[in-house]
Amino acid sequence: MSALGKVVRSGVGRRRVQTAVMALTTMLAVTASVLAVGLLVASQAPFQRAFDRQRGPHLSAMFDGTKATEEQAAATANAVGVTASAGPFTALTLAPTVRPHPGPGMDIPSDAPPLKLPPSLVVGRASPGGSLDQLELVGGRWATGPGEIVWSYGSMRLVLGDKITYEDAPGRPTLTIVGLARSISATADAWVTPEQLAALAMPGAGVSYQMLYRFQRADSDAELSADRAAVQAAAPPESLSGTASYLQAKLHVERAAAPFTPFLIAFGVLGLVMSMLIIGIVVSGAVSAGTRRIGILKSLGFTPPQVIRAYVAQALIPAAVGTAIGVVLGNLGAIPVLHEEGEVYGTAAETIAPWIDLAVPAAALLAVTVAALLPAIRAGRLRTVDAIAVGRTPRVGRGRAARRLLGRLPLPRPVSLGMANLFTRPARSATIALAVLLGALGVTFGAGLAISVSSVQAGLNQRDAGDVIVTGDAPRPGTTNNRPASEEELTAMVAKQAGTARYFTTSEAQVGVAGLAGTATVIAFHGDSSWGTFQMISGRWFSAPGEAVVASGFLRTTGTHLGDTVTLASGGRWAQVRIVGEALDFHQDGQIVLTDAASLDPLGAIERQGLQVHIDLRPGVDRNVYVAALGIALEPLGAIAEVNTGEVSSVVVAVDSLAGMLTLMLVVVAGLGVLNTIVLDTRERVHDLGVMKALGMAPRQTVAMVLTSVTALGVVASLLGVPAGIVLHHAVLPAMARAAGTRFPAADIDVYGPALLLPVAFGGLVIAVLGALLPAGWAARTRTNVALRAE
Amino acid sequence: MNTPIIEIRDARKQYDDGPPALAGLTLTVRAGEALAVLGPSGSGKSTLLNLIAGLDRPTEGTVTVDGVRVDRLSETASARYRRERIGMVFQFFNLLDDLTVTDNVLLPAQLTGMARAKARRRAAELLSYLGIQRHAQAYPGRLSGGERQRVAVARALMNRPRLLLADEPTGALDTATGQGVRKLFSELNRDGQTIVLVTHDTTLAESCASRTIELVDGRLARDAQVVRS
Repeated sequence: MSALGKVVRSGVGRRRVQTAVMALTTMLAVTASVLAVGLLVASQAPFQRAFDRQRGPHLSAMFDGTKATEEQAAATANAVGVTASAGPFTALTLAPTVRPHPGPGMDIPSDAPPLKLPPSLVVGRASPGGSLDQLELVGGRWATGPGEIVWSYGSMRLVLGDKITYEDAPGRPTLTIVGLARSISATADAWVTPEQLAALAMPGAGVSYQMLYRFQRADSDAELSADRAAVQAAAPPESLSGTASYLQAKLHVERAAAPFTPFLIAFGVLGLVMSMLIIGIVVSGAVSAGTRRIGILKSLGFTPPQVIRAYVAQALIPAAVGTAIGVVLGNLGAIPVLHEEGEVYGTAAETIAPWIDLAVPAAALLAVTVAALLPAIRAGRLRTVDAIAVGRTPRVGRGRAARRLLGRLPLPRPVSLGMANLFTRPARSATIALAVLLGALGVTFGAGLAISVSSVQAGLNQRDAGDVIVTGDAPRPGTTNNRPASEEELTAMVAKQAGTARYFTTSEAQVGVAGLAGTATVIAFHGDSSWGTFQMISGRWFSAPGEAVVASGFLRTTGTHLGDTVTLASGGRWAQVRIVGEALDFHQDGQIVLTDAASLDPLGAIERQGLQVHIDLRPGVDRNVYVAALGIALEPLGAIAEVNTGEVSSVVVAVDSLAGMLTLMLVVVAGLGVLNTIVLDTRERVHDLGVMKALGMAPRQTVAMVLTSVTALGVVASLLGVPAGIVLHHAVLPAMARAAGTRFPAADIDVYGPALLLPVAFGGLVIAVLGALLPAGWAARTRTNVALRAE
Repeated sequence: MNTPIIEIRDARKQYDDGPPALAGLTLTVRAGEALAVLGPSGSGKSTLLNLIAGLDRPTEGTVTVDGVRVDRLSETASARYRRERIGMVFQFFNLLDDLTVTDNVLLPAQLTGMARAKARRRAAELLSYLGIQRHAQAYPGRLSGGERQRVAVARALMNRPRLLLADEPTGALDTATGQGVRKLFSELNRDGQTIVLVTHDTTLAESCASRTIELVDGRLARDAQVVRS
């Protein structure tokens, strides 16, 4: 081994604590950075990645088979601007009924009527592949023969084995779901073989033809409108019956995971700043601590470039080890979150983008090199005699005024000495303070985020009010009466059940809204619902028929405000309701209207689904006992009583666990930064420490002195970090809400009450003290005569 | 004068596998004595001083100072012992460069929690006694070697220790400055201060010690009273 190699190896081995801290810090910084950048990137373009991987079409077009032949539909592939196409695929829109396949825990009566599903688009395709819209099979296999169908994954929660019956197809065929497939562009609800599709068409009635296209320019709605016009021009007149743009699908899909982005950006930036800071602290500290050794090396004949290389290498070796482990941990940590995101996006992205695994370590090692290079060059240029003289103790003269002033304070001397140490190396103290500040900021932000997200979840859960919920849409078992239980029958049962305190019912209906394309879901409340309202963002809960509360999405898409009146329409009738409140609800993109059931009377007998009775129990009534008793009473009606356990969203779990993990990493990195700096400081002052111990400084006083130096920093950093964390939280949460297409109630954002502020205010202090405990103990244990000999 | 203040019995100190630094030393020092410990390098002089100061423990044997079994003290008790009963003067002064002369001198009193006014009065008194009061607000870096050693002595005497330990107090000083320090130690001893000083400086030993011992290979080679004319 060369002399340089020996110097590097001995340098790495000699300062084991600093080497370990450097490796650990780099590891954690790289882990956090890989995770944050990886998730950030993943959350930025998941649709695009899935779209690219599946070769998704920019436009899917349906041609009326009575106005265009298959050949004419195929000829539209030559339209201006088309760069790729697939089809024509035969297609039909059919209204299925489903007889769910019994699964574990599902007791489906044999005489239960099938459920009617909304009309769905069925496309005949021989295979999931092709030049465009390469479907991903999530489960099962592709349909290969008659009686088989592949269902769109996630749509209507159908599972493999479910039986689909098409009452409006010849022979009322029943098909079995043999596969679940995912189309990022949502080109169909189900797929069968072309032969099966032909068999589903009524004799004499034409099928439609589906064509899929990619275009040269398709980045905006305007460009896609032009593309659509080109396709229309290439087809027989009036044959184009409908089109669907990938931009609509993108908007819909991205909204589901968009709330991740703002907080990932926040944590990503925090993680990167912290990484750079800590690497800078660690490497500069390691190099400056070795300055005297550099002098000795130079006196032995080492050239300045050799010294520089030796010290950069001493920093790079542990950093490289930490970086390698950090990349692995970052990738491992991302798997559950990316898996969750994959579920949301319908993608299979379960790994960090490879370029991140290269770019982040490269950036980290570059940062280490730069941080090491600057002090190493300084050391390399030092005159040998000066390098030897520049030693462990900081340059005399700094912080003397502070030392004198603090010495006058009525504080125990170890405390005032510890506080004065902060001023000896102001730049180092400032960087520790910044590290602790970022840690405190991270703790404040992370804790607030977790509470807010949980609070939002709790608010969302308010849509299912009551201790017990009775669901009454199922048919009555064991009878020929297939009519589900009526609201009156259910409420009568509930009313006479011992333990019932109060109740109300809800049912849902799809109604048109003047000025709104498509329909909105109206949830009709019957009875006093004032005790079980949705969480309100603004305004108040409705108090009489004719008043309504709507979700934020409804206000946005209809352009209405509180106090406005909207017209609900169904079957040629209409009803007007006045908006009196805005509620928190993400369902159906927020196209929700909540009102008294009587508000819908002008609409006549509209079809309602999802009848539920929300029951509040008397104090002291055991919910499980109540449910068991009510369940027996409800059995003949086919209704089910369940304890309301609320809902834990997987997105909330993902946000909470990610925020927790990133906060923990920030705290650990900040703590390691403090640890390393205090180790450096203590070693630099070991001789002074020996003198003080020789004069009678007790171990406890030594610990107090070391801890005081960082305690003061911790307090200052907390005082700045906590408000900064609150500001960040108050900026990120509304951004998350906007990304989800809603607003969050003020109560869910203003979560920093005394119960939270008090512990987080101590966060910076705890980080600082924990980081300093180890070196403080080392300083206290150092034997005086050993410390006195240290030079 | 006859009360033993230091009693060392069969003290042996072994570092690693080498020869013992102290090889069964027995020594008694009486209050008011000024004992000079002489000997070549590696003879065990500094080890002896460290054992008396409670900075190190003997491998075998006992060390009793002012009635305290120093060899049995915990780190905390040892620190308390040093701050209450011992004053130490080092060859290279070991002043804290970031503290003023006064603050350096005050340090031992502040570690004991002495009242501020009382401590300041005592520091001023010592600085005056040692003739360095004009440097009270100066930093050690601006003082000469002799002045620094006087500051170190002032600091050592701050808590009125029963025993003053000095390790080569003139070792880093030129002849003229060393002369001043020798005189200072003589005066201190004349005023009743018990002193144990480790030195190569035979002039120092002869001028201010009432008794000299010589260590060779960790053993007591000579023990003699100094007779002044």
